[in-house]
Amino acid sequence: MTTKTGIGASVLRKEDARFITGTGAYTDDLSLPGQVYCVFVRSPHARAIIKSIDTTDAESSGGVIAIFTGEDLRSDGIGDLPCGWLVKSKDGSDMLAPSHPAIATTHVNYVGDIYAMVIAETIEEAKNAAELVEADFEVLTPVVDVATATTADQIHENVPNNQCYDWELGDSAAADGAFANAVHVTSLDIVNNRLIPNAIEPRAALGNHDAASGSYTLYTTSQNPHLERLILAAFVNVAPEAKLHVISPDVGGGFGSKIFVYAEETAVIWATAKVGRPIKWRAERIESFQADAHGRDHVTRAELALSGDGEFLGLRVKTIANMGAYLSTFASSVPTYLYGTLLSGQYKTPAIHVEVKSVFTNTAPVDAYRGAGRPEATYVVERLVETAARELGVDPAELRRKNFIQPSDFPYATPVALTYDTGDYEASLERALSLAKYSEFAKRRNESEANGRKRGIGFSCYIEACGLAPSQVALSLGAGVGLFESAEVRVDVTGSVTVMTGTHSHGQGHETTFAQVVSDKLGIPFENVTVVHGDTSKSDYGLGTYGSRSLVVGGSAIATATDKVIAKAKKIAAHMLNSTEEQVSFDDGIFKIPDSNESLSFGEVAFSAYVPGDFPIEELEPGLSEKAFYDPANFTYPAGTHICEVEVDPGTGTTEIVSFVAVDDFGTVINPMIVEGQVHGGITQGIGQAMLEHGVYDADGQLLTGSYMDYTMPRADDVPDFIVDTTVTPCTHNPLGAKGCGEAGAIGATAAVMNAITNALDVKELAMPATAETVWRAITGD
Amino acid sequence: MYSFKYHSVSSTEEACTLFESSESAVYLSGGMTLIPTLKQRLDYPTDVIDLGAIDDLQGIDTENGSVRVGSRTCHADVACNPHIQALADLAGGIGDLQVRNCGTIGGSIANNDPAADYPAALLGLGATVHTNNRDIRADEFFLDLFETALHTGEIVTAVSFPTPLRAAYVKFPNPASRYAIVGVFVAEHNTGIRVAVTGAGSCVFRATAIEEVLQRDFRPAVVEGVSVDHSKFNSDIHASQEFRGHLVTEMTKRAVAKIA
Repeated sequence: MTTKTGIGASVLRKEDARFITGTGAYTDDLSLPGQVYCVFVRSPHARAIIKSIDTTDAESSGGVIAIFTGEDLRSDGIGDLPCGWLVKSKDGSDMLAPSHPAIATTHVNYVGDIYAMVIAETIEEAKNAAELVEADFEVLTPVVDVATATTADQIHENVPNNQCYDWELGDSAAADGAFANAVHVTSLDIVNNRLIPNAIEPRAALGNHDAASGSYTLYTTSQNPHLERLILAAFVNVAPEAKLHVISPDVGGGFGSKIFVYAEETAVIWATAKVGRPIKWRAERIESFQADAHGRDHVTRAELALSGDGEFLGLRVKTIANMGAYLSTFASSVPTYLYGTLLSGQYKTPAIHVEVKSVFTNTAPVDAYRGAGRPEATYVVERLVETAARELGVDPAELRRKNFIQPSDFPYATPVALTYDTGDYEASLERALSLAKYSEFAKRRNESEANGRKRGIGFSCYIEACGLAPSQVALSLGAGVGLFESAEVRVDVTGSVTVMTGTHSHGQGHETTFAQVVSDKLGIPFENVTVVHGDTSKSDYGLGTYGSRSLVVGGSAIATATDKVIAKAKKIAAHMLNSTEEQVSFDDGIFKIPDSNESLSFGEVAFSAYVPGDFPIEELEPGLSEKAFYDPANFTYPAGTHICEVEVDPGTGTTEIVSFVAVDDFGTVINPMIVEGQVHGGITQGIGQAMLEHGVYDADGQLLTGSYMDYTMPRADDVPDFIVDTTVTPCTHNPLGAKGCGEAGAIGATAAVMNAITNALDVKELAMPATAETVWRAITGD
Repeated sequence: MYSFKYHSVSSTEEACTLFESSESAVYLSGGMTLIPTLKQRLDYPTDVIDLGAIDDLQGIDTENGSVRVGSRTCHADVACNPHIQALADLAGGIGDLQVRNCGTIGGSIANNDPAADYPAALLGLGATVHTNNRDIRADEFFLDLFETALHTGEIVTAVSFPTPLRAAYVKFPNPASRYAIVGVFVAEHNTGIRVAVTGAGSCVFRATAIEEVLQRDFRPAVVEGVSVDHSKFNSDIHASQEFRGHLVTEMTKRAVAKIA
């Protein structure tokens, strides 16, 4: 059905009215009777031994209710914050995970690490008391540099060489063989700069304990409330799962940083029972900078082996990935199964070998951030391919074409453990070349040069594995949870529909997109579909939102449950029409039988399901509500081409992006407007990484970019008007044909930008972010 | 923030009296620096004296070839006054829209942030700072990092700018804060050329060597050969001393090019 609100329509977002008018309900907007406030006392040192903590003065400060230290949690049986993905080293040994208490007990290991929590009647009283908590620290030399972390002082007792694991994927001998036969080898040293996520809404938690029932309710800024509940119950021992209710209300952005179970909400939900009052905490922006999980932070050596005519023969990649001070919830998976597996890119590279050492440093934990591993992989592959083209004097588009996996090659098994189901990489490349007016680039470059400016163009033909994830594949690779998704499609008596999903929308517009899917399938008005998410007592166990999975996995669950509703409704309709189920057709919300003028609307059948007078009560249960748990058969593989064109002012090193084209294949698109918005946001973050953003610690482990005065977020005037388009090869293995679009922009854009700037400057390597000074030095030869 | 007593006053006299009788008072003008400082508990005055209700600190008058800007005049208002276009351009490039509608010239110069824009305009235009008890030439007003010639409790009431023959301000903004990494105000007066540089050092300064060459030959190209000693310049993650030194030359060239 193609309607103004069905699949494929750019419906305005249902949720925007409340967001734009300030009537959303974010965690910090919620308050409970008797609520008190919490402030965390954070380490000013990157690495220190806690010799003692004196809370005497703080406890006598006005309004203080309680002060807790790590010992209080430990003695109450509260466990460490776990990492949910077990990665094994190449020798078969398990990764080494240091103890990660919510509140530090013996050591603090990064600036911002929590060593006490203060609970008081007001936030100001809590802050006053926090200043009076006195810790005696023995300050140690911190480990800050990722490249030399394995030879620096040992941070954690059980982690020699600060090495979490030494992992590999692919065939080392085959890759070495490819290099032995290579006519040309292109190599690059690549630093993938550390990023700090910066959602608009800071993290927050509001905990309540009901002494009468013994149950806990946690309102928090989580991308996956069920996972939060599971981990707090099963691993941290806060409460039995059945006694813990987690609600993620409106959440203002996450970008991955709100996937994880953090110390703060853990301490809040635990302490609420201790003090017998609801407790609220909301991060101040400086806490977000210090203690939200950061992203990226890789140091890589990468080599591409080519034949004489530019055929890719092999790829070798060695990466050191920074985990920060502790393992965040999914940290271990990001530089391994979300990175190494993507190094085939869009190409038929027959031999690939990747080694990744993950190391600990005295910096904030590093975990998934929009794209999570896949931007890092794309950056390696696409910088190498572009550099190889330049070294060989071949058009970079032509070199890619020559090596693309062809439509006839699908399903295509890569040498790095994935099987791509479908795609047409040349189609997106050709469309992007046309939109970028590539054939006229030389003319534009000449014009720029005449004006004293340097012009460059850069490509990025990215691929990503999305729709996390086939549970058995993920579990076999070390995941601690399945990665299916739940849905319930509950038809109301009057024929309206309530959809419960285990995914969570924190900006993505699920309330709109999912309603489009259901309204399209049931032929009922879009307005009659309400999507409910973010509440563990309303939705079945689901895995939340990340990895561009919500539509692909969650939407497929919804589509499947909707099909079950239709199947049951057909049986009811058959009875009502005195026909058989096989005879009943359902189209555009109407049940019909052949050769008859009789028909029933969806609403009439729904009514009969709940007021079962005319109803096959002996064969069917009354009611019309169906559930589905959808486990994907494979990952999905969105792919596309980004082309960036820049102009550099050599006088200042300032780079302007003069054109940015993105042609993406997301499979079936439900709402083109929302998809376009996702692409814009993602590209902006990708540009941010390339040119602006950098989380910087000094040698003492102090965060130099702890506010917007120093951490450069991309702004509207930093980016051009994007030219975006899509090509479509529907996913072959899910009911919607969708592949996911949330991360593509951030995955593809960075390499395109850096390829364009290095092209303009005619340099091989350039550090990110390509700030004015970095570019100026490249021009002046410093 | 810590608790403090808030006062709204209707005259500078009342403000000064309160200031003197308080244990540790601060004046609040636009609050663009003070409020974030208080929120982060980096300052803890006992009393905050809000100058916002003093009517005669507001507004812009053009008289006798000069522009007098009341100290409580916000950047957005200065940006809309074309009498000295370079001054309007400078004000229009401070911070963002919200900052320009709240931040004031008096607050900015009394704070004397090394990366603020206004000090370059005052020094470049040879302005005079009027306070509640005296006039101070811009040349003597800006002393060092966050340090001015103001006495404790003294209130800036207005700034008078002589109208130059021609003038331009060009800045290279910090990509994060949008403060000036380097901002250069070039102005030609009957008395000669003035080139004032903000952002590069600990305090706004005049680039006298550049002024001399421009005095002889007002063309962008002549700036190229003047060596800028960057050894005492600021250095941070956004720009090294050397890059700031280069930007002084480059921004000066661009300012000259705008009006040559």
